[in-house]
Amino acid sequence: MADVATAAGPPEPQAKQVVYCGVCSLPPEYCEFGGTVKKCEEWLKSHHPDMHERLYSQDTINANMSTLTLEAQKRADKDAQKKAAKASAAEARAQEIKASSKVLIKRVERNKRKYVTAVQGLEAHGLELKKVAKDFGKKFATGSSVTKLPGGGEEITVQGDLSDDIYDYVVETYKDIPEDNIECIEDKKKKGGG
Amino acid sequence: MFKKDITPGAKSKVKSSAQRAIRNKVVEEYPLLAPHIDEIIPKKEQLDLVKLPDRVSLYTLGSTPLFFQHMDDNLLPHLSVVHKFPDCFSRIRIDRGAIRFVLSGATLMVPGLTSPGGRLPDPEAEGEDERYGKEDLEPGTVVVVEAEGKEHACFVGVLKMGTSEMKKVKKGQAMEGGHYLGDGLWGLNLG
Repeated sequence: MADVATAAGPPEPQAKQVVYCGVCSLPPEYCEFGGTVKKCEEWLKSHHPDMHERLYSQDTINANMSTLTLEAQKRADKDAQKKAAKASAAEARAQEIKASSKVLIKRVERNKRKYVTAVQGLEAHGLELKKVAKDFGKKFATGSSVTKLPGGGEEITVQGDLSDDIYDYVVETYKDIPEDNIECIEDKKKKGGG
Repeated sequence: MFKKDITPGAKSKVKSSAQRAIRNKVVEEYPLLAPHIDEIIPKKEQLDLVKLPDRVSLYTLGSTPLFFQHMDDNLLPHLSVVHKFPDCFSRIRIDRGAIRFVLSGATLMVPGLTSPGGRLPDPEAEGEDERYGKEDLEPGTVVVVEAEGKEHACFVGVLKMGTSEMKKVKKGQAMEGGHYLGDGLWGLNLG
């Protein structure tokens, strides 16, 4: 309850500085409801030890518990466990998707001797296509844009035959993407009346 | 309102006249914010309007969200603004048991407010509880919901029921479809 008192009083002239948890992004006192309590606690311990002491001391835990009836406590516990399981499952799934999703670099024939290079699947690795497209354009000094695919989704189209260069660039700059997941293909699809 | 993760839509600059109108509206709706308005929306800065699904528009300053609005409803503050200026809004408090429901997006029910851990505006409030106000709030007021034993607010929304009625009836829905900690709006990445 002590921390409630500090929030009261006359309005401060300055904005309050609020610390947010680096794991679940909530204010640390709400971490216990986030489902990733363990990680949040570790994060807080290493980043704001004083706050960690206050929030995770035995006293606070006891104080929190005493306000609930036994039955409600049990239910809350069960719920929290469920939520934690869900959160960890979601995380595992996200990681799996990341590990298995492929980046395709396609060379598409545009006009007999002219090519464009299409890059697909970067978004699954948590990259922002628009920014990456800009970087490609800057790096290779060509036109580069994000185009919508007819089947939904988006890809980056880079002008010119750059598939090998892009391969090297992606491997070099985005270390999170395993090299095995990047694939170069030559698209034989012909555009009508070229 | 933002139970699911949301993806921000088009971002556009707010006209300076519209920006002035927003400022006035904020001050009008939250008179206590008036001394801090220059800190929240500096006069010289350019606000952005980000369109969100379901006709919600969000006003941001750079990549910090400030206020959001569903169609022409009340202008609601983003929780990060509430955390920065906790004393500038009408507040109520929920008991500990209700926190986990609110944080998973449930409609806020009255018993969470009327139980011993909850706080509603009370003319006889003393000391620490005075911050929850003395005058009853009408339905339709924007309120910030704090939680028992916590320093920061966890929910922002519009009252569905007046607080005097809540004290009498002690059941039913209190608020619905606001913005809570950890929802889609909270997790929104405006890069």
